[in-house]
Amino acid sequence: MKQPFDRRDGKLVLAHILFAFVALLLGGVAGMLQGTVRSGMITLPANIGYYELLTAHGVLMALIFTTYFIIGFLYSGVSHTLGGKLLPGVRKLAWIGYATMSIGTVIGVIVILLGKASVLYTFYAPMKASPWFYIALALVVIGSWLSGFGIFRQYMVWRKANKGKVSPLFAYMSVVTMLLWQIATIGVAVEVVVQLIPWSFGWVDTVNVVLSRTLFWYFGHPLVYFWLLPAYICWYVIIPKIIGGKIFSDSLARMSFILFLLFSIPVGFHHQLMEPGISGFWKYTQVVLTFMVIIPSLMTAFSLFATFELYGRSKGAKGLFGWFRMLPWKDARFFAPFMGMLVFIPAGAGGIINASNQMNAVVHNTLWVTGHFHLTVATSVALTFFGITYWLIPHITGRVLTARMNRLGIVQTICWCIGMFFMSGSMHTVGLLGDPRRTAYTTYDDHPDAILWMPYHVAMAVGGMILFIGLLILAYIVYSLMRAPKGETEYPIGETAEGAEETPRYLERWGLWVGIAVVLILFAYTLPVIDMFQTTVTSPGYVTW
Amino acid sequence: MHVHRLEKIWLSIGISMLAIFLVVIAATAFGMGMSPPSEHHHTIDPTQVTTTAPFDDPGLKQTGDNRYEAVMIAYAFGYEPQTLEVPVGATIDFTVTSSDVVHGFEIVGTNVNMMIEPGEVSHISHKFDKPGVYLVLCNEYCGTGHEYMKTTIVVK
Repeated sequence: MKQPFDRRDGKLVLAHILFAFVALLLGGVAGMLQGTVRSGMITLPANIGYYELLTAHGVLMALIFTTYFIIGFLYSGVSHTLGGKLLPGVRKLAWIGYATMSIGTVIGVIVILLGKASVLYTFYAPMKASPWFYIALALVVIGSWLSGFGIFRQYMVWRKANKGKVSPLFAYMSVVTMLLWQIATIGVAVEVVVQLIPWSFGWVDTVNVVLSRTLFWYFGHPLVYFWLLPAYICWYVIIPKIIGGKIFSDSLARMSFILFLLFSIPVGFHHQLMEPGISGFWKYTQVVLTFMVIIPSLMTAFSLFATFELYGRSKGAKGLFGWFRMLPWKDARFFAPFMGMLVFIPAGAGGIINASNQMNAVVHNTLWVTGHFHLTVATSVALTFFGITYWLIPHITGRVLTARMNRLGIVQTICWCIGMFFMSGSMHTVGLLGDPRRTAYTTYDDHPDAILWMPYHVAMAVGGMILFIGLLILAYIVYSLMRAPKGETEYPIGETAEGAEETPRYLERWGLWVGIAVVLILFAYTLPVIDMFQTTVTSPGYVTW
Repeated sequence: MHVHRLEKIWLSIGISMLAIFLVVIAATAFGMGMSPPSEHHHTIDPTQVTTTAPFDDPGLKQTGDNRYEAVMIAYAFGYEPQTLEVPVGATIDFTVTSSDVVHGFEIVGTNVNMMIEPGEVSHISHKFDKPGVYLVLCNEYCGTGHEYMKTTIVVK
């Protein structure tokens, strides 16, 4: 089934993807500079502060690059699998969402660069940024909601027109991803709109610090699953088609997404384990819920490798691991996401360590944590997104990925992995020695412990430079893709293996799943939040930068 | 829903391991007193820290046989008092709050690592078995001078 991508939808998707890559490039410049500053290689020219760079890096990479790419990617798949084009109303909504997010991004970046909001992307109160920083963030979130509503609308209309049919897997997963996002962002929206904006304008004098952090992390953990789920969509739906295999099980894939929806939200306390004001009982309860969210990742790992093995054996692979060699290693569309999957094994294991209640004391707020999410989001997710780009841009622009660009894609992936090995590897190691994250160059008055950390900082900076080279290669590939030869590129959507059982209907009973998610959230948060309202003393704001 | 036999085995092993981890964590946290620090609200008016006991007189007080309470204030960008000195084998019960923004309180080379938030008082205890100059640092970004925020504990 060859179908050209709807031109108007193509513009929408491309606008998202290109915005994402511009943010990535700018964020990458900031990141590379941070590495060189922290290792003491350079000092920044007079007016640029380390923490401004750090704020810009975090916001552009973690919030802007990811959100734009994800919305663009989901819209491409929703358009492709739900009728071949977006409904006019949906497309309009998506553009309004895009405009709203972009206005927010531009305001936010200006405020950060003016030094009015050096509060990092976690903006912990009572550090008080310019109100326009919070307004910018609110606009980004509201814009993403509008885009999410568009996806829901397209899905509902399709369901009405196709009564009795199971929805396409890609669309189903997109709906789960955006549902997760809508439920999670309520927390940060309440924090920003109800607490921080009035306080920052001076309409109220003080802010409830413990509550604001709790609302932030109610959002902050599902945020990482919002990054991860689109990568999982690629792994479940796209990769089987690229290698020429089949989806192992449609129902298990859907079930794992439902488990993510249920268990990735009521777990924010595992980011607050070392904090005052939350009882040990509730911390541990959320640790248990956090561990539940590992189960769908185990299911995913099994399904993916089952797909690989079935494919390899169908090609005549012999022995226990013979199928491994049958995989298309020279195809960047496969190789980049595959390296992402591979990195997710140590990344996930590190995550379990972080969430282990009192053991968190060993790594909390050290560079270990920075190393951890540079494996998860900056490698597993980022490499998968790069792999998607290699066919998505050609598909929507009616071009082809040339053999040369494909080779560059392979080189880019290797470069990224080597750079990350040095950077994240040293971050993990030196973090275990106690080296704090988010800290500019310092030797703590030549304290012997801190002096010992320096060689690791140098290794981090070297890794960062290799990553920056990877980023430049990527930018070149994206630029070349826009001018690649005309041709036809397939939108790779996998099909379910023959003989797989039919997908149970209850998986699309959204009322049921959202209901359970809400019950779990209320269970995990109601009592501790009431406690925060009753006992916490509020604090005035400070500008400490 | 049909689940492949091998997948059942894989998930059973995985889930059992997770369960064992959780039991170990719970046993050590609740049974052996290794819970994370500062679990209960001990509140203070963050604008009145220096006039509220015990923070009106920060410093080290002996509370028992080689046991001390260290009352400390974290502020942008340092800790009060500037330095502490205790004999080897001393146990220090730390009582710490912030007089401005959120700070960290990490003693390098130990498991002491906790958040200091305005309006809340954080507590943690540690026994210093080895002599040395311990570095206490802020591991939560708190502003321009964050990288200078530190103090030391001399154990001899």
